[in-house]
Amino acid sequence: MAGGGGSIAVVGDELPGWSEIIETLMFRAGYNTNIVIMGTTLLGLAAGVIGVFALLRKRSLMTDALSHATLPGIGLAFLVGGWMGVDGRSLAVLLLGATVTGVIGVVCIQGILRYTRLREDAAIGIVLSVFFGAGVVVLSYIQVNAASGAAGLNKFIYGQTAAMSERDAMLMGAIAVVAVVATVLFLKEFALVCFNESFARVNGWSVSAIDLIMMGLVVAVTVAGLQAVGLILVVAMLIIPAVSARFWSERLWALVVLAGLIGAASGYFGSVVSALMPRKPAGAVIVLTSGVIFAISMVCAPKRGVISAGVRRGMVSLRIAGEHLLEEAYGRGESGGRFALTSREISRAVRIGVWSVVFGPVVRAGLYWRRLARRTRDGIELTEEGVRQGARVRRNHRLWEQYLVSYADIAPSHVDWSVDQVEHVLSDELIRELETQLGARGIVVSDGVGVAR
Amino acid sequence: MSASKVKKGSGGGGGLGARPEHSSDSPLSIHAVTVAYHRKPVLWDVDYDAPSNQLIAIVGPNGAGKSTLIKACLGLVPRASGEVEFWGGSYRQARSRIGYVPQRESVDWDFPVSALDVVCMGRYRKIGWCKPVTRSHKEAGLECLDRVGMRAYAHRQISMLSGGQQQRVFLARALAQEADLYFMDEPFAGVDAATERAIVEVLRELKGQGKTVIAVHHDLQTVAEYFDRVILLNMRVVAAGAVEDVFTRENLHKTYGGRLTLLSEAAEAIARAGGR
Repeated sequence: MAGGGGSIAVVGDELPGWSEIIETLMFRAGYNTNIVIMGTTLLGLAAGVIGVFALLRKRSLMTDALSHATLPGIGLAFLVGGWMGVDGRSLAVLLLGATVTGVIGVVCIQGILRYTRLREDAAIGIVLSVFFGAGVVVLSYIQVNAASGAAGLNKFIYGQTAAMSERDAMLMGAIAVVAVVATVLFLKEFALVCFNESFARVNGWSVSAIDLIMMGLVVAVTVAGLQAVGLILVVAMLIIPAVSARFWSERLWALVVLAGLIGAASGYFGSVVSALMPRKPAGAVIVLTSGVIFAISMVCAPKRGVISAGVRRGMVSLRIAGEHLLEEAYGRGESGGRFALTSREISRAVRIGVWSVVFGPVVRAGLYWRRLARRTRDGIELTEEGVRQGARVRRNHRLWEQYLVSYADIAPSHVDWSVDQVEHVLSDELIRELETQLGARGIVVSDGVGVAR
Repeated sequence: MSASKVKKGSGGGGGLGARPEHSSDSPLSIHAVTVAYHRKPVLWDVDYDAPSNQLIAIVGPNGAGKSTLIKACLGLVPRASGEVEFWGGSYRQARSRIGYVPQRESVDWDFPVSALDVVCMGRYRKIGWCKPVTRSHKEAGLECLDRVGMRAYAHRQISMLSGGQQQRVFLARALAQEADLYFMDEPFAGVDAATERAIVEVLRELKGQGKTVIAVHHDLQTVAEYFDRVILLNMRVVAAGAVEDVFTRENLHKTYGGRLTLLSEAAEAIARAGGR
């Protein structure tokens, strides 16, 4: 989209001008385009909202099997419709067929799980591929034998957004309304069943009724999305907005709202882009758009994102390294010297792989900044506060070692941290607990602070 | 049938006339329950009548069917045969009086809800279909969090809680159910000392309120300290009754078979229980 106003030919594609882009974005690109944009936006909204529950119920893969299992239904509906004199190409008939075999596919998965010892992934793999294979066979039969052109059925595999009619867009709108209303009504019930099914059951909730509503909505969205994005990609419209939204929200209602917005935005931008570049299939572009939103979320999200997690880990390592230095320097002072470390001792104490070179100075800077140490000619010396902190770290270390020694019989199996790590993360509550437990065995860990004073 | 039955005040009247041992006094009557997974029996012909207002531990080795017994009572696993009655009636009738603390590992703690949201789930049944959780229910939920010392964490997302704190949230949710009979599946598994104390306190509180608790317990050392009664289970009920009577070396030997490490642990536990 780096068109920049002119029409530069890139690999045979005409890039649209800015005015055209803006017109399309603002719903001024003509009636048919608007219908498509509206329809996919509403579909994206519905799929985003309902996808949250497919995800939380751990049914992402089952949704994929569901969409693949719709293909034989589409073909059979076309054939049966033809025999019965109904127009086999009417969308309602085809989607009815899709729903029937889609649901049969899900029922088959449940049956396999119930009556065999196969795991869910295997059951899904079997049903997905077998039903899809059946669909391909039925479609090729139609291709060869049906008198009227049946090529249109292929659009359900890859999607053909541009073919969306006004009625289709209304269907998307209706499904979006149903999805939102059902979510508002049943948010509490959905949450309960998704979080803790057995508790819901014990409490007397009809888990199968709630599941039926939830899965019914998933089926509705999937079938409605077949024509727009195709059965291969429709699962992405359900799942990607939900997982993207999860990076930004810790509450269910926020997750639902955000997933709906992300889904709608993907549908909107995806169809706009494909309207501007007619040879780009809208379904794929919609999915790619949500993929971009997912990637941004995964990297940048404030709490759960990759960057913030890395920063957090880095901060913890910095703090632990800083405390190591404090403890080390405190040890020097305790045994009669100064509360100080030379640069060489520091680099020996702060060893974190290849990062040591960068890390050492940063750790030192942190100590200066927190006024725990000051620079000396050949290293650092602790301030009064630094000495106090060093004493605390040293004491925690001893407490923990003492605990491991006195409870050697059970501690190793209950504790999976190394001594060096744990002394820095002990909470005050845990430290008091250690003190009382050791005290009960007559072990007193010297305070150590006395030396500092 | 080697199971020793425990009865407390037959009370007569209600229940099934045909089987006098089932009385409406007993919050839970298990009769000849057998459960099988893939044709392999997990529980075999289990009989038990729980006396009212007692803290009851289910004890036994791994794979003895402890959790399965609870789940079979609650209808979470299908029974191959047998019956379970609550206060002489069916589970359906008694449901609102039954509270449940599932195993902590049985749910995904990364779920996007707060501790208070989870506790309020205990009140959903009272709230009913499609109605929102009102302020008064949230207040009640906070109250329950308070009882397990977790009020300060009410608005934390649940994955930010430690294992022990998560267990306390589950306990608070059961309290929010305001039940008369509680089933707890390994409430003490893998918890910290503070949580263990909080749970014990809640158990005693529940007993003080006249309620009955049946808990799967894995720590033989603390059975005598925390519980009034014990069911020794290994596929069938090896022995059941008051801790002083039933929690003996030979019963434990029968329950745990020849597993030596466990036996030495048991011996120590008995020595302690005797010392009390």
